[in-house]
Amino acid sequence: MTELLIKNGFVFDPINGINGEKMDIAVKNGKIVKSVNERKAKVIDATGLTVMPGGVDIHTHIAGAEVNTGRLMRPEDHVKDVVRKTALTRSGVGYSVPSTFVTGYRYSKMGYTMIMNPSMPPLEAKHTHEELNDTPMLDKATYPLLGDWWFVLEYLRKGDLTECARYVAWMIATTKGYAIKIVNPGGLESWGFGRNVRTIDDQVPYFGITPRDIMCGLAKVNKMLNLPHTIHVHTNNLGLPGNYLTTLDTMRALESVATGDKPVAHITHLQFSSFAGNDWGTMRSGAEEITKYINAHNHLTFDMGQVIFTDTTTMTADGPFEFTLYELSGHKWVNSDVETETSGGIIPFHYKRNNAVNATQWSIALELALLVKDPWKMFLTTDHPNGGPFFAYPKIIAWLISKRARMATLKKCHKKAQKLSLLPSIKREFTLYDIAIVTRAGQAKALGLKDKGHLGVGADADIAIYDINPEKIDIAKKYKAVRRAFGSAAYTIKDGEIVVKDGEIVKHVDGRTIWLDVKTAEQVKVDEEMKRRFKEYWTVEYDNYPVFDHYVKVSCPLTIKADV
Amino acid sequence: MVVVKSVTCPICGSLCDDIELTIENNEVVKVKNGCALCESKFLGYKGEHRIKTPLIRKDGKLMPVSLDEAIHKAAEILANANYPILYGWSSTSCEAQRIGVELAEEIGGVIDNTAVVCHGPSILSVQEVGIPTCTLGQIRHRADLIIYWGCDPWSAHPRHLERYTAFTEGRFEKSDWKGYIQKVKAAAGKKKIESAVRRGVVKRPKAQPMLQHELVNAPPPTLMKEGRKLIVVDARKSMTAEMADYFIQVEPNKDYEVMQAIRALIRDQELDVDKVGGVPVEYLEEVADAMVNCNFGVIFFGMGLTQTAGKFRNIEVAISLIRDLNKRTKFVIMPMRGHFNVTGANVVFTWQSGYPYGVDFSLGYPRYNPGETTCMDILLRGESDATLVIAADPGATFPRRAVEHMAKTPLIVIDPHMNATAMLGDVVIPSAFVGIESEGTAYRMDHVPLPLKKVVDPPKGLLSDEEILRRILEEVRAIKAKKMREAEAA
Amino acid sequence: MVQQKLRVTLLTGRTIEQGVGKEQGKSSQEYFEACSTVYMDEEDMKKLGIKSNTNVLVTTPHGSVVLKAVKHPRGSMPGIIYIPYGPWANAIVNDSTTSIGMPSFKGTPAEVEPAPDKPILSMEELLKNLYGK
Repeated sequence: MTELLIKNGFVFDPINGINGEKMDIAVKNGKIVKSVNERKAKVIDATGLTVMPGGVDIHTHIAGAEVNTGRLMRPEDHVKDVVRKTALTRSGVGYSVPSTFVTGYRYSKMGYTMIMNPSMPPLEAKHTHEELNDTPMLDKATYPLLGDWWFVLEYLRKGDLTECARYVAWMIATTKGYAIKIVNPGGLESWGFGRNVRTIDDQVPYFGITPRDIMCGLAKVNKMLNLPHTIHVHTNNLGLPGNYLTTLDTMRALESVATGDKPVAHITHLQFSSFAGNDWGTMRSGAEEITKYINAHNHLTFDMGQVIFTDTTTMTADGPFEFTLYELSGHKWVNSDVETETSGGIIPFHYKRNNAVNATQWSIALELALLVKDPWKMFLTTDHPNGGPFFAYPKIIAWLISKRARMATLKKCHKKAQKLSLLPSIKREFTLYDIAIVTRAGQAKALGLKDKGHLGVGADADIAIYDINPEKIDIAKKYKAVRRAFGSAAYTIKDGEIVVKDGEIVKHVDGRTIWLDVKTAEQVKVDEEMKRRFKEYWTVEYDNYPVFDHYVKVSCPLTIKADV
Repeated sequence: MVVVKSVTCPICGSLCDDIELTIENNEVVKVKNGCALCESKFLGYKGEHRIKTPLIRKDGKLMPVSLDEAIHKAAEILANANYPILYGWSSTSCEAQRIGVELAEEIGGVIDNTAVVCHGPSILSVQEVGIPTCTLGQIRHRADLIIYWGCDPWSAHPRHLERYTAFTEGRFEKSDWKGYIQKVKAAAGKKKIESAVRRGVVKRPKAQPMLQHELVNAPPPTLMKEGRKLIVVDARKSMTAEMADYFIQVEPNKDYEVMQAIRALIRDQELDVDKVGGVPVEYLEEVADAMVNCNFGVIFFGMGLTQTAGKFRNIEVAISLIRDLNKRTKFVIMPMRGHFNVTGANVVFTWQSGYPYGVDFSLGYPRYNPGETTCMDILLRGESDATLVIAADPGATFPRRAVEHMAKTPLIVIDPHMNATAMLGDVVIPSAFVGIESEGTAYRMDHVPLPLKKVVDPPKGLLSDEEILRRILEEVRAIKAKKMREAEAA
Repeated sequence: MVQQKLRVTLLTGRTIEQGVGKEQGKSSQEYFEACSTVYMDEEDMKKLGIKSNTNVLVTTPHGSVVLKAVKHPRGSMPGIIYIPYGPWANAIVNDSTTSIGMPSFKGTPAEVEPAPDKPILSMEELLKNLYGK
């Protein structure tokens, strides 16, 4: 393996407390090391450049059944963004639902090296993994949807947490997943008959259980299993005016599971769950109330779910929410329910500046990010492609580091949204150190990825170098230059190899798939009884259900020892 | 002797995965759980119709050659072609399809799958209006109204009813198998009486049972029954129609009108005609009522909609009907995908290129414009200059003029069987049967991926589709690299 | 009165026999028998004065082919004939894709006339005849 020496860059490595110090980073055998032989190593002169750990995305829909159906239904999205084959790279299409290869290339060009695919129906897990195999340049992991799985509902109803934990462990290992994903708990099962739940204490029809029971139960299970990430929650009532109250209820309910300062839940794309008002006409931001709560408690992390003003494709396991969008827009609508497990929906959506609701959504995400005092609780996402495509991240960085940037956008927004926005009253501007937290360090920490998100000795040599000289430019003023730099990395280094130079792919690498092999003391018994139950619940045989080893191209299992 | 359980059947889009095979001396000797098609394939795949050796057409005749020669010849044709078509893909594994897309990209050709002649129009409609759908288990657990429109699962997907719909037990809905048996008995009894009446053996009882022609204008009482209801809509009385609680016979090419009429009815609009598409409006009213009043309904549709007048417009109106119905109750719709992995072909093409079929790489990036970049149209316009056919038989399934052009230009065929296309081929490469002699992945009609097993070894010397394609791709690259070197030297 | 010719609408599609034949191999006898058949309404056959298993010539604007006429086993479908998918059906279907890639496999106007003396071509003969290979 080649040795690398990145010399003299401004290093931002928040996990190790390094804030823009000029220093060298040495790389050997794909890992960060103390030093290398300078004469043998390839030297990258990073003088005047910013060096960060490779970007980590905690929540981005890039692979699997729903993403692919999104691709299938949107030829009009593809034609505006085509990508040619080169000697090194495959062709494809881009924009809001890019083909797999293009997804990998574009993330890599922005200096990202690890992404988390957040919603995998267990029954279709093989599909997700097949696509992840064809998503190059990145390490990746994926979360199985478990919040409405009949096994979970039944064991939690019985109050049998231990048995529930065993099955969850079995399911995560069986689907080669990474975390417990919960979407509109109870709502998805209800959606099986076209219904939904409206508060966290509504009963799920036929199951005698509430969203509160599901979330708290699985948060406890998560602890019993010692999973590296927390439960990953998409709240009830997402996308509806007044839902910030449901979100507050959800966060309060989870207090009961918290001990000490350790987070027990990640609330994803929080913007979509922070609407105040009674209807679309009176819809306004609930960010102040939400962030007040988050600032006073330590059991939660969240990501933004920033809205970008563009034409994109919304997709979520929250089938009833997509139905609401269908009723609102009349647009083409995909619904895809998955037996005994989950549901899903897709609708194209164009966020417009001159739409009061869309503009308010844009503002809410930034308000959340800026009003939460501790950046380690907050991560930068668009919930790709729900709020907008991931390649818009540099725009969000610009809005976070520069009041001038966000005011420039706000000025072009709908008058009502301008009047309601809290942004004019917020002075805070992120530093590059903050940006490094919310785009890599914080995400890696929340995910429990010990070798990612930092540049300490022993970490994976996943590194991004950007053409930003923090000594020379005032980033808040020159936000456009910063935006450009984050959109096109000077170098991306993956496992110690230079894969991107000057914003172009120079080497193809596959990347790994990281998954959890959760070991419980007593494992789920796979006997005739289990197989019979399986036949009753699903329409496939038990033997054909698991994601076999050969479905993962570069497999990287992490063994987790559970407490049960 | 070994028994292999949970084998996935590589025939139709139902992809039953509960087949049990008994293997003796590297041969399948017994099939359990399978339908007639399944048994025919697993017991007959070894038969006399296999292609035994690679063939190349010399002086008008297909002559045996070595595999290396056949692969080199195939690669040469593709590397030298200006606008080649790679067609088929629906009866092979996703793993082979992945290489297929890469090959198409490498040679700047067009890759198309059999969806173009089955559910291509359905995909076009999904791109227009979306599709509310689900996996088959949802239907098994929840559906109390099952409609097959323009499809005949009894013939094309024989276990569909028993595994996924009317005759299966779910968490919330029970099987209607018993009801069906009763119906069959009643029908048999009625036939006996009818024949007795005809023969003058008995006098016709006054009130009942009514004879067939008297039922024509009566509302269908079966739609009022409890439990699962099965409706079949078709232009002819198919085998499935025979089992249905209610059969509606639509005039050919009139499905669009009938569907629109039902849409109007569920919006509580009145129709001022007596019949639509040959169907009395009272019948349609009954159907509309059954739709609105069910807890969970589903329409499965087939070629009866995609291949008749209106084509994708038929599907568009069907999906629009489902969109409307979802404002009243829960309703889903699903195409009955034919080949066992045509869904997989759409899935793989889409994740790699963004488009499900008819993908044109001739400009260096994927382009998709059905009617232009679809294989049928290219053949009919006579534009292609070579064709590779794998895991499909356009020689038998395409209209005459399309096959004419295909037969005129160099034709490479990869298939286990000597089918019509192979008979027309210039290079014929026999392959192992995927799902019997080689493994892989296939997608069920509802997009659920299932593993295909290798249960016996292929005949000596036969490679899987995946291996053959990989070798052709490598050979194409070698030929192109050589050309490049030669050009540079010159 | 017996007619010389009958105007009908041609549908093509699946039958279980065609499916079984297909899996046996397309050069099999099962496949030949399944696909070189045209299913007709009983009344329509009476109009032509033919019985099941009589050869007929089916002609459309796109070609003509000799097939064995068989009574449709279930229900009535006057004016409709049904040929299982296969090279015989495809010799005569409407190939117009109406610019969407899909030919018009169902609903082609056709004429049927009795042809008891004309032979049904085997697949090899048919292909040779149509495509010269």
